[in-house]
Amino acid sequence: MTTIHLPKTVGALALLGFALLLPLVIQDPARQNFLILILMGAQLGVAWNIIGGYAGQVSLGHAVFYGIGAYTSTMLSLKLGLSPWLGMLAGGVVASAFSVAMGWPCFRLKGHYFAMATIAVAEIVQVLVTNSETLEGAVGLSLPMGNTGVAAMVFSTSKLPYYYIILGLLVVTVLASWAIERSHIGYYFRAIKDEPEAARALGVSLTRYKLVAIAVSSFFTAMGGSFYAQKEMFIDPGSVLATGVSIKIALIAILGGVGTLLGPVLGAGILITIEEYSRVLFGSTGSGTDMIIYALMIILVAVYSPAGVMGLLHELRRRIPSLRAKAEVRA
Amino acid sequence: MNAAPLLAVDGLSKAFQGLVANRDIGFTVHHGEIVGLIGPNGAGKTTLFNCLAGFHQPTAGHIAFEGRDITGTTPERAAALGIARTFQIVRVFHSMTALENVMVGAMLRNKGVAHARSRALEELEFVGLGHRAEALASEMTVSEQKRLEVARALATDPKLILLDEVMAGLNQTEVREASQLVVRIQERGIASIIVEHVMEGIMPIADRILVLDYGAKIADGTPEQIAEDPAVIAAYLGE
Ligand SMILES: Nc1ncnc2c1ncn2[C@@H]1O[C@H](COP(=O)(O)OP(=O)(O)OP(=O)(O)O)[C@@H](O)[C@H]1O
Ligand SMILES: [Mg+2]
Repeated sequence: MTTIHLPKTVGALALLGFALLLPLVIQDPARQNFLILILMGAQLGVAWNIIGGYAGQVSLGHAVFYGIGAYTSTMLSLKLGLSPWLGMLAGGVVASAFSVAMGWPCFRLKGHYFAMATIAVAEIVQVLVTNSETLEGAVGLSLPMGNTGVAAMVFSTSKLPYYYIILGLLVVTVLASWAIERSHIGYYFRAIKDEPEAARALGVSLTRYKLVAIAVSSFFTAMGGSFYAQKEMFIDPGSVLATGVSIKIALIAILGGVGTLLGPVLGAGILITIEEYSRVLFGSTGSGTDMIIYALMIILVAVYSPAGVMGLLHELRRRIPSLRAKAEVRA
Repeated sequence: MNAAPLLAVDGLSKAFQGLVANRDIGFTVHHGEIVGLIGPNGAGKTTLFNCLAGFHQPTAGHIAFEGRDITGTTPERAAALGIARTFQIVRVFHSMTALENVMVGAMLRNKGVAHARSRALEELEFVGLGHRAEALASEMTVSEQKRLEVARALATDPKLILLDEVMAGLNQTEVREASQLVVRIQERGIASIIVEHVMEGIMPIADRILVLDYGAKIADGTPEQIAEDPAVIAAYLGE
């Protein structure tokens, strides 16, 4: 367990190789865009999973970090001409600082009350931004199409660069999550989730480690927000600060399997696919159908597999040997 | 035995909205001592543990550990100072293996995962759960879970361990094993306070017994003295 599992490393590298080659095979820009959406969702799910999955503090307000990332990098770019690469980091830092300030009082609340507090904070920020003149309120902010290229993180001719940037961001987020999982911090997160009082009796400061969890989680969520801004060249409170965004981020992780490294990636694949096909089916672009789909997914997960799709797969793996044994007995 | 006590409790009281669960309790525990804490249901034994381990703020009184005032400390600070505990109603980390449970304890002194793993294996062996290291805590029997909590507490390298009814529900052989375990803990130089209703588990091994009744200490002496104490007999017969 201390050593890296060889099959797992090989599997991870194979997966990465597959992801690197995929857009070279799938060249239709619409399809490439769809892949980008999955990677974006996956990156957010992996980031959410750090606080909501491993540490078990369910946040339904992650849009606030996403929005902070999007608005910070965009404003820095518009006002100071700062490179979005740096803007992304700045957004992460601002979101982390905000999350710690918000977590300090909110972590005194337990279970559902913490979740409700996160909703409230996100709602307040959404209202504030909608009414902010500096941030152009409900009108939103547009990035100029002026200079394109890697330095400006704006690409007009091909989707491919966006694909590789978000893939890179996803890999970094997964690696961070993996490093946490393997360190004492990961053990502490799981202990806090299972039995907070027992964790305290073993010297674990709940506040300190929950703050670590939300700081890291919000950092990467904000980077995802900055990426969104660069990809769309336009942000407004409705697209990056809405409650629907928060729910979607949480749902991706919950659907895939909380507290697992790649569960959120799986969850993103499923959720984004369903979202896109329903959009084709019902021809809707509004958030109405999205919300109905989210609600259905939540019910399905809650009833059939609280551990998400990863939980189902795990269960299947456990059962297969016994199924085989039964078949052999019959034969 | 060292002259300065490891733990000194003085005038300790704890009230819950009018209900006085601990009333003006005073006692000391010396390094490496085994102290039994007995008393009828609701006498305030667990409440006293919660005060000592930083889970409850005492309403009045003082707790000193190694000469330092720790009244009203937090559980995490108490653990860092060397006070470990188990829970009367087990609180294992159910989604983690036995080994991982104990590793969390071991990480208090050394954050290295590999180090924690080897420390945890030692403690699992010590409590006789070496063969269950990879078992999921949720799939262990309650008696195994109680031992797991002991291993987890020991992994924090405590100077004092508070054991809350670790012998409840055990058969005679298991009670004897549990008593031996407490003695082996003592041999490591760790003092213990044991809350127990199982008299045959505690009377033979305790250096001293404290008796609580309705939140107050009614006796403090050797097991022999306690067995003959009229106040103790009255408390138990009056149940
Ligand atoms: N958190 C609490 N809030 C209110 N009352 C409490 C609380 N904890 C304990 N009590 C009350 O304090 C009294 C002492 O309880 P405590 O659990 O300390 O007894 P005990 O000696 O451990 O009993 P048992 O042998 O049944 O475990 C009881 O009347 C109990 O109901
Ligand atoms: Mg009790």
